[in-house]
Amino acid sequence: MSLKPTHELHHRRFGRNLGVALVLAALIAVIFGLTVVKVTSNGFQFSNAEEQG
Amino acid sequence: MSDASYNSNLYENEASFGDYFALLKPRVMSLVVFTALVGLLAAPVSVHPVVGFSAILFIAVGGGASGALNMWWDADIDRIMLRTKNRPIPAGKVRPEEALAIGLTLAGFSVVMLALATNLLAGAMLAFTIFYYVVVYSMWLKRSTPQNIVIGGAAGAFPPVIGWIAATGSMSFEPWLMFAIVLMWTPPHFWALALFMRSDYDDAGIPMLTVTHGRRVTRVHIVVYTILLAVLAIGAAFSSFGGPLYLAVAVVLNAMFIWGGIKIWRRDEDMSEADNFAVERKFFRLSLWYLFAHFSAILVEVGLHSYGLGGWA
Repeated sequence: MSLKPTHELHHRRFGRNLGVALVLAALIAVIFGLTVVKVTSNGFQFSNAEEQG
Repeated sequence: MSDASYNSNLYENEASFGDYFALLKPRVMSLVVFTALVGLLAAPVSVHPVVGFSAILFIAVGGGASGALNMWWDADIDRIMLRTKNRPIPAGKVRPEEALAIGLTLAGFSVVMLALATNLLAGAMLAFTIFYYVVVYSMWLKRSTPQNIVIGGAAGAFPPVIGWIAATGSMSFEPWLMFAIVLMWTPPHFWALALFMRSDYDDAGIPMLTVTHGRRVTRVHIVVYTILLAVLAIGAAFSSFGGPLYLAVAVVLNAMFIWGGIKIWRRDEDMSEADNFAVERKFFRLSLWYLFAHFSAILVEVGLHSYGLGGWA
């Protein structure tokens, strides 16, 4: 079987790569959002140690 | 066989993104997401929507990691059972080592991220849940005791507790009540499945109650559990997350569930085989609605509380 660029396998691999890219982009968005919320919240502290000390 | 044909077979089985996603047991994950969400929203504190969303996401990822590790460990029996033979590893789409790597990575990631996003106790609870499901249930007890489903049910019952702890940072009685409902619901749910997926567990050598103690005993166990569950589920109406609406839902559904259990108990194998286990299949479908409706009712009660309605006050 020849592997031409249009083979179904290439679509599958593209789908897989696209899926991973979207997951990573979503992860960046979630971590960025979390960081913004944590830093702008009123109770923001650098560590529990400082909070107790 | 030529190299070309060999490679062709290899490529035909190459996994798609969906195959990797299937490793995470999306249907189980949807139950995890829903019950964890109810636990988080029922907690008596307000959570920032982004933090709440992240907490549920990381709990879901932790649940998915458990699923991948379970598939890695159980690949040998998944190949035998009709219900599981098309899973990514037995289907030859994903190699066991890949599932192990994905499971371990996602487990570590989800625990650390949940702890950072919410609190250490929630992260620790998620870590314990993954450990419980993978090591205590999958590796140890699933293949050694007919009470495997009862014990395994605990793993699926932890998410509302984790959701609650993610919101509050502390333990409390209410999420454990939700835990108890899921725990008591799991055995009749799976035993009904075991009744109509007749030879699956037998073929795989899993000591399900149907195999070790017989199908008659399993039918008795189902009806006993539906009664115990009803006491618990209806009693929960008088807790802080309960109210008249939850009580109405619980009374109706538990009456239906007990009636379904009684019908299963009154049947023998000849009657079941005559209609291809219609009653058992109906009971199994009802069990799915049962859990969804109870947790939805909790969600509605909690929503009403925030408008000064709902509850008993």
